[in-house]
Amino acid sequence: MYLTNEEEGIIEGEQGEVPARMFRLLVRLGDIYGADRMIPVGSVQVAGVSYKSIGDPGTEFLEDMAAKGAKVKVLTYLNPAGMDLEDWKTLGFPEDFAAKQLRIMDAFKKMDIIITATCTPYLAGNLPRFREHIAWSESSAVSFSNSVIGARTNREGGPSALAAAILGRTPDYGLHIDENRKPDMVIEVEAGLEYNADFGALGYYVGKQVKNKIPYFTGIGDANTDHLKALGAAMAASGAVALYHAEGLTPEAHLMDTQGLEVIPVTDNEIKETYAKLNTGTDPDIVILGCPHASLREIAALAKEVEGKSLKKPVWICTSRVMKEAANRMGFTDTIERAGGNVVADTCMVVSPIERMGFETTGVNTGKGANYLPGFCRQNVVFRNIHELVRRVTE
Amino acid sequence: MKGRTINPGHAEGEAIVSREPIGFYGGIDPKTGIVIEKGHELEGQNVKGKVLVFPCGKGSTVGSYVIYGLKANGVGPAAIVNKETETIVAAGVILADIPCVDGIDIEHIKTGEHLKVDAANGTVEKK
Repeated sequence: MYLTNEEEGIIEGEQGEVPARMFRLLVRLGDIYGADRMIPVGSVQVAGVSYKSIGDPGTEFLEDMAAKGAKVKVLTYLNPAGMDLEDWKTLGFPEDFAAKQLRIMDAFKKMDIIITATCTPYLAGNLPRFREHIAWSESSAVSFSNSVIGARTNREGGPSALAAAILGRTPDYGLHIDENRKPDMVIEVEAGLEYNADFGALGYYVGKQVKNKIPYFTGIGDANTDHLKALGAAMAASGAVALYHAEGLTPEAHLMDTQGLEVIPVTDNEIKETYAKLNTGTDPDIVILGCPHASLREIAALAKEVEGKSLKKPVWICTSRVMKEAANRMGFTDTIERAGGNVVADTCMVVSPIERMGFETTGVNTGKGANYLPGFCRQNVVFRNIHELVRRVTE
Repeated sequence: MKGRTINPGHAEGEAIVSREPIGFYGGIDPKTGIVIEKGHELEGQNVKGKVLVFPCGKGSTVGSYVIYGLKANGVGPAAIVNKETETIVAAGVILADIPCVDGIDIEHIKTGEHLKVDAANGTVEKK
């Protein structure tokens, strides 16, 4: 790999031990993937934030980095934490867990990382531009930034994202390169899609079919950013799709040639079968919405659904702290709380210890959540749209 | 045998060989070095001080921190030899500073053989 004089110096330790070690990591990853140079990144999103995910080894590693004076060079956000960083006590998160989680946040803050913990950084003040190179981690955020915004990122692991943040660089390979952003197959959608959950079901089905390839969708018609967020998140979870194109909807779609590609049709049947497959329970102990983190529009929709009702089971909608502030101001949080629900910030169902909090069956409206909850949180899943979920916990 | 340097360093030790990939997160206990993945061919064995030989990593990217944790807790492998190192293991061995070589024909290595790893030169020798 070609390295500039400055970069050679970093490896030799001119900027200290931590940048040297982290740069060695980036160079090695670049070698493995055939990168020929480093490129600057505009922003970073670091995964491996929840204590549930990284445990003591990760906590100690981050504290060691912070103690050695590591600082990030570019705008850096975090993936969701394992709990609401302000209301964890009221929501019933365990004390021992909270103590560890707060140590992790402290270590990140010492490194100048913005401790806004969200899988939707683009809704919370970290918005890349079209064609900007970035180094993001969380699979749905990677999908959204590549596909809907047209920024460029590979799916980074926790350490490689942290290294990119500290160096302000990433090796130039994979989805940073035009040639590698071409579609591999066409997904011909002939199904009716109404709710976010329907887009999640479509994404789950397609992710299973295409695995880590790049699909090009036709026939979706209209979709807002919440729909596209749900679609991408499910594909990244059931497969490993980091980029998709959608005709008439995503910014690079019109640049792509789809002649001669394999065509996979998706009809109402496949969507119906996907719902049937993902539903492993019937009566939810808790309903959790906001995977990926809810937009303000999604919080408003829940407020409208539950207004004046009395919820018989806990209903959470997970979001970023930034969206929650806006929901507070609009009175959405108040409406949801009066019905017996909560607007939960900074965390999500997948990385929070819900299995330790007495829940066995979780209701979700997300293909991604339905994919991960049985394994990560040992939950039975009720996968329905928001309207049906609310009906199940009010009647 | 000659391969590629993933992280430099010298180490010698007894080989412990897995024919299947290893997922470190949830697969190896970072406090003890014991393989805990149910049904894994190395389940119940300890990697501490051994030359750990396996085709490639799998599973969660948090596995990198588990490799770091193994070393920090004094129960890490002396070296890692892979057929093809992917990002999880690469990040882990570099952060933990464990000698690591890939591009090795690991089918020719058996558990219990004594190996000498010169990771800077990318070589693995049987002794």
